[in-house]
Amino acid sequence: MLTFLLRKLALLVPTFLGVTIITFALVHLIPGDPVAIMAGERGIDPERHAQLLHELGLDRPIWQQYFDFLWRLLHGDLGRSLVTHNSVFDEFLALFPATLELSICAMVFALVLGIPLGVLAGVKRGSIIDHTVMGTALTGYSMPIFWWGLLLIIFFSGVLGWTPVSGRLSSMFWIETPTGFMLIDTLLSKEPGAFVDAIRHLILPSIVLGTIPLAVIARMTRSSILEVLGEDYIRTARAKGLAPFRVIAVHALRNAMIPVTTVIGLQVGVLFAGAILTETIFSWPGVGKWLIDSVSRRDYPSLQGGILLIATLVMLVNLTVDLLYGLINPRIRHNR
Amino acid sequence: MNNKMRRLATTSALVSGLLLAASGSAQAKTLVYCSEGSPEGFNPQHYTTGTTFDAAGRTAYDRLVEFKPGTTEIEPGLAESWDISDDGKTYTFHLREGVKFQKTDYFTPSRNFDADDVLYSFNRQLDPENPWHKIGGGYEYFEGMGLPDLIGRIEKVDDHTIRFHLNTPSAPFLADMAMDFASILSKEYADQLMEQGHPEQMNQKPLGTGPFMFAGYQKDAYIRYMAHPDYWRGKAPIDRLVFSITPDASVRYQKLQANECQVMAFPNPADLDAMKNNPDINLKSAPGLNIGYLSFNTEKAPFDNVKVRQALSMAVNKKAIIDAVYQGAGTEAKNPIPPTMWSYNDAIENTPFDPEKAKQLLKEAGVENLSTEIWAMPVQRPYNPNARRMAEMIQADWKKIGVNAKIVSYEWGEYLRRAQQGESPTGLFGWTGDNGDPDNFLYTLLSCDAAEKGSNYAKWCYEPFEKLVTEAARKTDESERTKLYEQAQQVFHEQMPWLPIAHSVVYEPVRSNVKNYVIMPTGVHSFYGVDLAE
Repeated sequence: MLTFLLRKLALLVPTFLGVTIITFALVHLIPGDPVAIMAGERGIDPERHAQLLHELGLDRPIWQQYFDFLWRLLHGDLGRSLVTHNSVFDEFLALFPATLELSICAMVFALVLGIPLGVLAGVKRGSIIDHTVMGTALTGYSMPIFWWGLLLIIFFSGVLGWTPVSGRLSSMFWIETPTGFMLIDTLLSKEPGAFVDAIRHLILPSIVLGTIPLAVIARMTRSSILEVLGEDYIRTARAKGLAPFRVIAVHALRNAMIPVTTVIGLQVGVLFAGAILTETIFSWPGVGKWLIDSVSRRDYPSLQGGILLIATLVMLVNLTVDLLYGLINPRIRHNR
Repeated sequence: MNNKMRRLATTSALVSGLLLAASGSAQAKTLVYCSEGSPEGFNPQHYTTGTTFDAAGRTAYDRLVEFKPGTTEIEPGLAESWDISDDGKTYTFHLREGVKFQKTDYFTPSRNFDADDVLYSFNRQLDPENPWHKIGGGYEYFEGMGLPDLIGRIEKVDDHTIRFHLNTPSAPFLADMAMDFASILSKEYADQLMEQGHPEQMNQKPLGTGPFMFAGYQKDAYIRYMAHPDYWRGKAPIDRLVFSITPDASVRYQKLQANECQVMAFPNPADLDAMKNNPDINLKSAPGLNIGYLSFNTEKAPFDNVKVRQALSMAVNKKAIIDAVYQGAGTEAKNPIPPTMWSYNDAIENTPFDPEKAKQLLKEAGVENLSTEIWAMPVQRPYNPNARRMAEMIQADWKKIGVNAKIVSYEWGEYLRRAQQGESPTGLFGWTGDNGDPDNFLYTLLSCDAAEKGSNYAKWCYEPFEKLVTEAARKTDESERTKLYEQAQQVFHEQMPWLPIAHSVVYEPVRSNVKNYVIMPTGVHSFYGVDLAE
């Protein structure tokens, strides 16, 4: 197990380096520069432009900038935002809880609905339930997030008035946010009504962000269950006279979870990508919105730092998934 | 017994205190404004965007002079009055006495506003040796308006008199002083921050003399303000002001409808009709202080020929563009400055839409089978909501007189950089006024200086025009300046370095219970004086 972990960790190093190179290259491939963007229509004297680029260190050869970036990274320094002049890491830390809270809720939504629906569709294969679930899943998967979000807002917030339109908390609550997790902070604040208000704000964005993972998980669970149901041990279990529910829940589902777990791990990356759009529609103050702003302002350090941190998180999640296989299925052992 | 009594008394005091606090917060009048984005920082000196000015400049700070709400006229602010010397080079401001700085949980002022605060606020921008100069970022706007070259030195005459010595006479200087980068910061707060080793906090927790005190900010979520109780003009009618940061325009509109906010920024043109018909919403509108135009590169053949410029202008159906691109939220432009600006020359005739005459002019100029490029901006701006569509319409109009045009676009920064280097033969551009002074359009966009290194994308350096606008800037008498600017617009019209296309109309929807909200022509959002009906 330990060697497996070490080997996996060692593999992270070249992946991480690759990510830094790609991130750096992509960020600098975006045409335009922060100084020109800042000046806008007003324009800027070419001399002054060159001088400002020099002050920001952006006039040096790109490889030199990269090695500088890497060197500072090794010292744990992600640099400072060109716009706000705050430390990139601090900005990320301040915004990340919002993204994480939303992602967790979206994932819970996707799992709680996706797995049972997938099992149901698999067990009742070919039935009307199967077709409905799979049809809905396909629709959900193909739904453009932006459009889906607006549709839900207009219907649930606009027409029915059940949920707030956007944001994390109503403007009437002036609470402190020491943890950055609104559900925890509202509980800590002891302000009556704040916690419920925070939950109400989470509903629509979680649904929107969770829709694609939900669809993927449901489809994966279905096909995985179908495969498992054809196995000998299921036939044996059934022949033993086990209750059908027990056959499915204990024997089939556990075996079917391996590919599903892989997919769930991969969905974490999808969640972060989806968070960018979801956060924009729901005015959710997370890292997605921050990255979009950094792109449009050509705030290179924020962009590089942000992408790098997210990429690292996704890598770590995938590592965790690898380790989880062993727990779910003892046949996969990591002690070779 | 005694103990019991005491406990009872304590409990009842606690309960009544809590009740009082609860009723206090229930009665606090809160105005929520759905804003379009997070500010870049909280010191308006460093930035150039309206989003940042709304969040810091218009709330926490005041300036020496101010724009009268809803106009670009100058009125006294922190300066009660001012004198301008006869040669137009010395401006003396007499500062208001008894103006209090805000008292917050991060700063308690020990003195009132005085000349030292003015010195600090300007010297940190002006003097590269000033210890604050390099803190927090550059001073794009201050530099963009040419102030480092214009201001020779600033002199403190006494605690309540400050004098600016200019290197050349410049009438727009006064209007510059009403702009957000000219906000007055607290010297005492600055000293305290420097002493504590946190000078960067100046850009995170603003503190000034303005109507609203900063009370908290979470990026991309909210900005909170409390009314400044000792504000020198009197406390604002609302107690709390919240910016609810909502980047998507459709979502802002939904929030407005749900009464989650009472004022919203930048509506979608497509939503305007619905807003007009909504009884809960009062759709305010005002002519924008802007211009959208098509520039001709006057250094490049055949656009160096005035007949070609006139011909191509006449071939464009501006009316159709206003209908299709601005969806009615715009007016046809004939001058380079908007009609709300003083010195607008209304006697000038709009260039007629006349393709036949255009063909004839092209023939006279000896131009045949002209192929060129129309540059279309990649971004949406109030003065041009859809440059691509506009370019396509112009392209189709030109095709009818035998001119073939290819539409070209680049990333925004790149677009401006290349245009500045004179690469665009014809291109769509625009401008939103900074300070309401005609100089800010006519000199900034059309002078020789701007052709060389500024925003004169037509590269038009024309002696007679240059003379008029330079002279107008040197005079301080408005009627004299008006005459010169009117003539300048005439010269512009004859030479036609641009085809002026449209001035957009600015719309701002507010809930119908919002009172006294006024649209500011300079594009910022200001909430002092705004009230909510019960």
